[in-house]
Amino acid sequence: MSRPTVKTDFSGEIPKGTYGPAMHLTETLEGWRNSRPVINNNICNICGLCYLVCPEGVIFNEKNIMDIDYGFCKGCGICARECRKHAITMQKEGAANE
Amino acid sequence: MSNKVFVSGNEAVAIGVKLAKPNVIAAYPITPQTIVVERLAEMVERQELNAEYMYVESEHSALSAVMGASVLGARTFTATSSQGLLYMAEVMHYASGGRVPLVMMNANRSLALPWSIFGDQRDSLSMLDSGWIQVYVEDAQESLDMIIQAYALAEHKEVLTPVMVNLDGFVLTHTYEAIEVPKEEQVDKFLPGFELEGKMDLENPRNLFFSSSPADNIRFKVQQHQAMENSREIIEILDKQYGEITGRRYGGLATGYKTEDADIILITLGSITGQVRAVVDVLRAGGEKVGVVKIRFMRPFPETEILKLCSNAAVIGVLEKDISFGYHGTVYTNVTDALKNTNKRLINFVGGLGGKNISQQDIEEIFRRLKNVDKDTNIVNFIGLEV
Amino acid sequence: MLDRLDKEEYFYGHKGCGGCGGSLAVRLALKVLGKDTFVVLPAGCMSAVGFVYPQLCFGVNALISPFASTAAMLSGIRAAAKSLNIKNCNVVGFAGDGGTADIGLQALSGAIDRGDKIIYICYDNEAYMNTGVQQSSLTPYGARTTTTPPGEHIHGSRNSKKNMFEIVAAHHIKYAATASIGNIPDYIKKVEKAKNTNGTSYIHIAAPCPTGWGIDSSETVAIAREAVECGLWYLAEYEDGKYKLNKNVKEFTSIRTYLKKQGRFKHLTDEDIQEIERQRDENIKFIKERYI
Repeated sequence: MSRPTVKTDFSGEIPKGTYGPAMHLTETLEGWRNSRPVINNNICNICGLCYLVCPEGVIFNEKNIMDIDYGFCKGCGICARECRKHAITMQKEGAANE
Repeated sequence: MSNKVFVSGNEAVAIGVKLAKPNVIAAYPITPQTIVVERLAEMVERQELNAEYMYVESEHSALSAVMGASVLGARTFTATSSQGLLYMAEVMHYASGGRVPLVMMNANRSLALPWSIFGDQRDSLSMLDSGWIQVYVEDAQESLDMIIQAYALAEHKEVLTPVMVNLDGFVLTHTYEAIEVPKEEQVDKFLPGFELEGKMDLENPRNLFFSSSPADNIRFKVQQHQAMENSREIIEILDKQYGEITGRRYGGLATGYKTEDADIILITLGSITGQVRAVVDVLRAGGEKVGVVKIRFMRPFPETEILKLCSNAAVIGVLEKDISFGYHGTVYTNVTDALKNTNKRLINFVGGLGGKNISQQDIEEIFRRLKNVDKDTNIVNFIGLEV
Repeated sequence: MLDRLDKEEYFYGHKGCGGCGGSLAVRLALKVLGKDTFVVLPAGCMSAVGFVYPQLCFGVNALISPFASTAAMLSGIRAAAKSLNIKNCNVVGFAGDGGTADIGLQALSGAIDRGDKIIYICYDNEAYMNTGVQQSSLTPYGARTTTTPPGEHIHGSRNSKKNMFEIVAAHHIKYAATASIGNIPDYIKKVEKAKNTNGTSYIHIAAPCPTGWGIDSSETVAIAREAVECGLWYLAEYEDGKYKLNKNVKEFTSIRTYLKKQGRFKHLTDEDIQEIERQRDENIKFIKERYI
């Protein structure tokens, strides 16, 4: 699959009328986040529940490891709340940045 | 070989639509538009017209449905009148802002209250700022021809703006006339299949009808205005092309009749024009230098055409079936702006509201008053008030 | 079940509030329906957060419709697809509770009556959230909204949710279902059924809004689950003229516990809670008589 990415070359042009391209992202949303989900891969059994419950679609299975696109994660915490294995913890931004 | 038929204005519209080969038709019935959609349904039933005919539950849904269809690349048609047009109001701005090239027929009818199913032009003129191109036709032949031209105009790459074709309710929609029906191959030559550059496409998906920041929003509005301005030239070009194929030309945004040497000109909109021409002929026979200017398009407005056609006249009357309460008739307001740098005497005649007939005597009286214009102190003059 | 979902994300980078239930409902439905899909969203949360040029967040064809026009535009798109011979595509709308049960109800009724092959998904967050939490006709009894302030006279919402599921079923719709983001496998199954329905289908999904409900953003899915467990929401289907209750909850959890977790119900008195329990019991009696 191809994960949506931000267009870095967007020049600010507008189309003729409101006919826009699909999936045209020009900014990330990581600034919205107070805390970030961190997955403990030693506990995670890759059940995929976090992938299902994420309203942003930022959690995904990358070569049998659950990964997170932090560029678009808003840190809502649903994944940590729902994980049956308690493999996800929410860490305050800044603290998690080491 | 000529192909003459004897039809009403509504039926002429239906024939025009059939020749344009729409993919999707959605409309909700309202007097006096109904015959258009009835005839189209019959054409679909007889398989003369290969279109999806949608039975919608309101005018709001009718216009919304054809908008959705159009951006998939379908040519569409809808028709309405009066209250129905106003019920569409929100979607009309939506369609023009979205640059969706729709074509709609409107049967000009009065607005409640009091209720009246009969004709005046307050419905479409109250939607003048909705961003639609507005054309007003005079007879059944022009109705058919302008429906076909409306598609070419709306869909033109430099225009991409919806077009409303207005017919005076009953006076035109229900009056039978002999008209010439163009051949299918003539229409096909004039009007190619519908291609929409930004359409929704499974291979090239699109996100349409979005929001924008105030900074971008005004740029879209400038585009929209520019498209309307572009349409002036395209209207002329299409009139010429259509004339070359069918032999019929209508003369662009506005046309004059005996205006060259006229001292007095009456400006009209819609089907009343024929009657005014007849009065002009009578008065001319008596040696009076009078003429008539027929406004064909209210948007874009024929500013330079009116200025040119009226250049030799000192007195200009505007006759319209409309009033913007608290000021003038809307046509008059637009005309006075076009003539603001001249010193012509301008006077507004409002008649036909709620469908009241404007008689030959009424028009003769208007010209008498224009001749003795100094006696009239009111700008807005209601005509035909006597019972 | 995971392998039945498209791996692509078709709703991404949107500006919905953290923990938004509506955006989860949209995202999952699109992962069931896949790339050959046309989406209509009326004015409302999902269009406001996903569609501000130049940030356009749908990976499939999508457009915003006027508020009342969701179903009419869906029908227009389907008619055009038919006329232009565009086959094997889905035409799906996502409207909120206000856009469905209030301003969009007439157009929805028209579309169901025509039997157009469209999927209409109502994400129900129980108020006009996009405009700042005003009461809709799907706001539950007692809830605080900004137009039903809990004071001495208004005392929160006085209406009891319109029954949209029964309203659409009364049209003899081909397929209708209620769902919840608290039960994702059930929702996915229902979207799959809607996709394969040859006619109009309607799914009403309970999709909590942390902002409007006064809950933590992490609680969205859990509170939706609890609504079913305490009997204030239910999972059912209407198919081929027959009703079916998907989850027959034998013993309900406490309504009081459910309500008191939410800021919008903080003001409720014991009498209010008893009234809500009474309404729940009445509704469950109706459901059990009719759906089982």
